[in-house]
Amino acid sequence: MTDLERRQDRSPVPSGWDYAPAPEARDILTLEERYGLFIGGELVEPGSGEYFPTIDPSSEEPLAEVAQAGKEDVDLAVRAARDAFENGWSDISPAERAKYLYRIARILQERSREFAVLESLNGGKPIKESRDVDLPLSAAHFFYYAGWADKLEYAFPNRRPKAIGVAGQIIPWNFPLLMLAWKIAPALAAGNTVVLKPAETTPLTALLFTDVLRQAELPPGVVNIVTGDGRAGAELVKHEGVDKIAFTGSTEVGKAIQRELAGTGKKLTLELGGKAANIVFDDAALDQAVEGIINGIYFNQGHVCCAGSRLLVQESIYEPVIEKLKLRVKTLRVGDPLDKNTDVGAINSKQQLEKIRHLVKSGEEEGAEIYQPPCRLPDKGYWFVPTVFTNVAQSYRIAQEEIFGPVLSVLTFRTPDEAVEKANNTPYGLSAGVWTEKGSRILSMAQKLKAGVVWANTYNRFDPTSPFGGYKESGFGREGGLHGLESYLDLDESEARGG
Amino acid sequence: MSRLPVRKTYKLFVGGEFPRSESGRTYEARGQNVARASRKDLRDAVRAARGALGKWSGMTAYNRGQVLYRIAEMMEARAAEFAELSSGRAEVETAIDRWVWYAGWADKYAQVLGSSNPVAAPYFNFTVPEPTGVVGVMAPERPALDGLVARLAPVIVGGNTAVVLASEPEPLASIELAEAIATADVPGGAVNILTGYRSELAPWLAGHMDVNALDVGGADGDLPELERLAAENVKRVVRGHPDRQSPYEIANFLELKTVWHPIGV
Repeated sequence: MTDLERRQDRSPVPSGWDYAPAPEARDILTLEERYGLFIGGELVEPGSGEYFPTIDPSSEEPLAEVAQAGKEDVDLAVRAARDAFENGWSDISPAERAKYLYRIARILQERSREFAVLESLNGGKPIKESRDVDLPLSAAHFFYYAGWADKLEYAFPNRRPKAIGVAGQIIPWNFPLLMLAWKIAPALAAGNTVVLKPAETTPLTALLFTDVLRQAELPPGVVNIVTGDGRAGAELVKHEGVDKIAFTGSTEVGKAIQRELAGTGKKLTLELGGKAANIVFDDAALDQAVEGIINGIYFNQGHVCCAGSRLLVQESIYEPVIEKLKLRVKTLRVGDPLDKNTDVGAINSKQQLEKIRHLVKSGEEEGAEIYQPPCRLPDKGYWFVPTVFTNVAQSYRIAQEEIFGPVLSVLTFRTPDEAVEKANNTPYGLSAGVWTEKGSRILSMAQKLKAGVVWANTYNRFDPTSPFGGYKESGFGREGGLHGLESYLDLDESEARGG
Repeated sequence: MSRLPVRKTYKLFVGGEFPRSESGRTYEARGQNVARASRKDLRDAVRAARGALGKWSGMTAYNRGQVLYRIAEMMEARAAEFAELSSGRAEVETAIDRWVWYAGWADKYAQVLGSSNPVAAPYFNFTVPEPTGVVGVMAPERPALDGLVARLAPVIVGGNTAVVLASEPEPLASIELAEAIATADVPGGAVNILTGYRSELAPWLAGHMDVNALDVGGADGDLPELERLAAENVKRVVRGHPDRQSPYEIANFLELKTVWHPIGV
């Protein structure tokens, strides 16, 4: 036992505390047995009649049946979106468009508890995260972009902003409702109509969102939601009636989409994977840094594209940081996503759990040292113990590939230059973290890190006003802020010189 | 007896130097033998561009602006030669004025394109534009001089470095331009210009894993295939227009970086 552990053992450390279960009630939620596709303002049967079960990943219990959209369904959805765009939505005054979005924001706030429960139930994330992060941010996103709808000409000087038409949007399973908000809010504010494909494993909050649209009296066809697996997404990408594709997901699928759209001239934005470095200098406030490391990698089970999955620690403080980190990892409570005390919930799917296991195994085989705290996991459902790898070489798969799970790889550095080189030594470039008390060093590091978002002395912060998106193979285009509008507008220049 | 003029050897422009193609090949254009670059030359040019990125993007914006302005000065001094190698005096003047216009943007676009973001929590949050990195530019066939300037200037004013495929039928103006650039304090490798056959070079530029963005505006080959190749490392693909001039042309080759820091005492 280390000194620090002995000291902490004498005081009531959190790991010694027992917590009574504190489950959030589920009775606020009423689920249908079966959901159709949301096309033209109604939930309709898929052409194929094919449905699949969607489950609670913490119990493997089925929650509802969801429709698999086929080619003809996607076609109907795109036509509905086109029809809504051409016959009504583009004629509505921007100020009225804004008011629909404000309504949606308000209704999401009013029904946030219901949505938070469903998000945790269908996705496995801890209720305290869906309650305190996903839902408030989703509502805030609609509220923020609502205000842009009638101010677009002020956003881009000397340009004439015009809606593009029909946007096809494909979102991932890690923040199902929040990613829906990131996609739909700016698209509608810019005057487009949309066809959105939620992730295969987490369709329920998007389907419940259709009830928000009903309450907001959004004209039919402005938002269409087609559920299903990757086949539905592929049909959407290929559809000739779609003017713009926005995709958030893996780099592999992002590349396939970019290839598919080659030569078509369609607008495309990609928000792809990451392997962020979280860099801790020897002058950092260590306890705060350790909290930031924990939040960076175990937030949402590590199912975060910008997760701080590579910890870079300056050599001189390696031992105390690792010691504090291991102590802190021991206090993480893994379990029931609906329990208000839960820190780490269920892994989103069996497939993802297998991917995490596979990469963790590769880490052990390649020679990294694994640390997992003692942890009782529920019998059913998909779970993975928060894991720390030390002794990691840059070439290991766990230092190169996105694990998308609660697995941290620790590397060390001596000089700021070495930290920059290691941090940038990946094809990704989504995010990075820097921990130091020295202001000039923060700004210097922020300048040199090839990443779209740099968190200094904090991590995993999001805001609708703050642009988010990657460098290099983490994608292109930004979501959030004024810059997030650009992806959804045609921006002719009013008087471009010479042409 | 009249004097026999000394002719110029038209070579590539790579890493601030003027090498012949390593392949030893040339092709004839406008009655001159012009270097016909190979895949190896292209790889060398990308390596030179990557090597120059730190220096060029690390210069102050004021300094970059002055370097671009100096390119205009160097072109003005050679205006007569440029006129002979392009469509004429008018094209040359447009091109020179374009450099001056973009030179002025060097220390201004960050204020137009960046932002400070009012997040709903105690954090200071700002967004700044940064260069994308190494940019491949397929210059338009015509106008050979001004078309190239129109596509190159917005790329390099933002701090990117460039590998340019010159107009295949009209390559002489691009080499003349390289000579102006070489004497304008542009760091060696920040601009690299290759002459040769497009069909031999374009696919390798589009597919190169160390190129971050691609302007296919002047591509005369198979556009879908070039864009497909570009997806291999998620390149930013721009279909540039030879006559467009705008700060948004600069923005096409910039990344936006957002930085958060807590506010507290």
